[in-house]
Amino acid sequence: MDFAELVRGFPELTTTGLVQGAIYALIALGYTLVYGVLRLINFAHSEVFMIGTFGAIWTWAVFGLDSNSGAPSVPKALLLIALAIVAAALLSGSVALLIEVTAYRPLRRRNAPPLAFLITAIGASYALMELMGTLTQRRQVGAPALLPTKTVISIGGWSITPVQLLTLVVAVLMMVGLDWFVNKTRFGKGIRAVAQDANTAALMGVNKSRVIALVFVLGGLMAGVAAVFSDMKSGNTRYNIGFLLGLKAFSAAVLGGIGNLRGAAIGGLLLGLVENYGSALFGSQWRDLIAFVVLIVLLMFRPTGLLGESLGRARA
Amino acid sequence: MRVLGSVAIAALIAGGASACKQDEGTSGGSANKACDLKIGFFGALSGADAGLVTPMKQGADLAVEKYNAENADCKVSVQAFDSQGKADLAGGLATSAAADSKIVAMIGPAFSGESEVALPIFDTAGLSVITPSATRPSLATKNWKVFHRGVGNDFSQGPAIASYIKNVLKAEKAFVIDDQSAYGAGLADEAKKVLGTTIIGTDKVVDNAQEFGAQISKVKTSGATVLFYAGYTEEAAPFLKQLRAAGWTGTFIGGDGINDANMLSVTGQKDVEGTVSTCPCGPATAAKGTFVTDFKAKYSVDPGVYADVSFDLANIYLEAIKAGKTSRADIQAFLSTYNKAGSASGVTYKWEPNGELDPAQVKVWAFKATAGAWAPELEIPKA
Repeated sequence: MDFAELVRGFPELTTTGLVQGAIYALIALGYTLVYGVLRLINFAHSEVFMIGTFGAIWTWAVFGLDSNSGAPSVPKALLLIALAIVAAALLSGSVALLIEVTAYRPLRRRNAPPLAFLITAIGASYALMELMGTLTQRRQVGAPALLPTKTVISIGGWSITPVQLLTLVVAVLMMVGLDWFVNKTRFGKGIRAVAQDANTAALMGVNKSRVIALVFVLGGLMAGVAAVFSDMKSGNTRYNIGFLLGLKAFSAAVLGGIGNLRGAAIGGLLLGLVENYGSALFGSQWRDLIAFVVLIVLLMFRPTGLLGESLGRARA
Repeated sequence: MRVLGSVAIAALIAGGASACKQDEGTSGGSANKACDLKIGFFGALSGADAGLVTPMKQGADLAVEKYNAENADCKVSVQAFDSQGKADLAGGLATSAAADSKIVAMIGPAFSGESEVALPIFDTAGLSVITPSATRPSLATKNWKVFHRGVGNDFSQGPAIASYIKNVLKAEKAFVIDDQSAYGAGLADEAKKVLGTTIIGTDKVVDNAQEFGAQISKVKTSGATVLFYAGYTEEAAPFLKQLRAAGWTGTFIGGDGINDANMLSVTGQKDVEGTVSTCPCGPATAAKGTFVTDFKAKYSVDPGVYADVSFDLANIYLEAIKAGKTSRADIQAFLSTYNKAGSASGVTYKWEPNGELDPAQVKVWAFKATAGAWAPELEIPKA
């Protein structure tokens, strides 16, 4: 155990851990929203995210930017990032909706057993992953460096780069926005109603199919935003990028309490931090192991996660 | 709508399945006497590490194309086995290659991990293999009779990298990270033996990693001026890019696993500039004869590392076939006494009983990323 390393690198480990955690959290929201309403783990959500990462890179390519181009001016870079966020969110949202309409809705109409949903989710995930793998020759694609790498804020040993700052700010805004949408708007009331009791909600005039579609789109939008920041942070993407990230995000959702929006956010950030601290303490080869051991141990004591399941339960 | 949905999914699945089969390649040529023989090529032709392997396949294709132009009545073809560089795919591919009696010889496997899986199968089938690039030393110690290595191994590459770090870069603080693969871990170990106290810290990277926050923090806080990364482009490119984004300005050096075009393009020219990679081979861009002009004429790019080696190795097989050695056993016997210089690499191919290339022929070169290309820098002197 290398405590000296942990102490030396603590500020940087914390910043990069929070940034990675913010990406986990944004993806985790998609798992948690769908689970909250349908009691379904949408395993294809990881591919919704993966397609978003390509969407952002394609958007930048339209403007002639690839991994070799120099950094544009800051206002132009921010505009390009905003455009990529819109494009990736729309693409991911559409893919999520497509999966719901073509794969899950027919199963629901036939009252398929839960196992059919599960295998459909895994099947859709693999089909999308292999499709993108084939279309991109399984190559990894580099993302342009849009923002300067020099630190913007530096206090003591703590410093943060523009990409990290932007990731954290936008992620928090998205999470607060989603929380407001679900808890304060008429659409959100519909979501909570279906989550509590789908049939009663239908009797009260809530269009169940539309609510479910909305939930998939919302999750897709969040994944699309996460995809843009993943591109900027890691500097590349490839067809199988969603697999491990998706698994981690799903763990984050369970860690926080699946079905609970705030839980997903906290679970994501916590997982990002634990992974970084663990890697510093034990060596990076233990990274994934640490993450899942923490999950297992925590679930032993709090089987419903940190904040418990809530979207449809409690007072809502 | 219901029907439409099912059709869309069926199409998706069918599309994925048929696309997977595309890579298996087709064989051509006439069907009389021992003519439509095939030389197998085994390696990552798709996936993140394909940048390193594609030039080798192109080199082999070029040799066979030339041969077929001169021997139009009795052609040979190359059959590709695309492992994507993944050891878990290697077993199935090796079995199907071994079962195809038209395949009389094999170039590859390109990487060490997949070699460890595929070689026992080839050995049982008596199918001769010459790898143009798998450098893990232990591959030659498993008593696989069919194994041959067309280049040096990491007993030469590892110390050469260490010598470069100490003598050329004159570094006093080096950090060593490996990817825990058969190739990366072995290469790092060999370099560590020579680096000794120059090493200021070590860490690992997991396969498929995208997030390197912990490693970056360690490299930065250690004060290392050189980072030796033993692994492949797939992880090295995003790692280097993130190191630069985090403000680390030291020299990034890797083995032949990152000596490919994707390392340059995925990392981006600005971030990759000055990065060093080695190869237990000479610069393919300076190959002898008409190889470089022929290669550029056919593929419109400069030959990548090992392209010349692979070209020469294919020619050895073609020479055997031309001389009437058309069975696997005949080719294995042909290789055991072979002793000739390759027309492109200039290396004299002569193997020791364990399949290692004659040590006198082994050389290690350093390449430096300069203006978006791997420029040959120097031949690293033997320690």
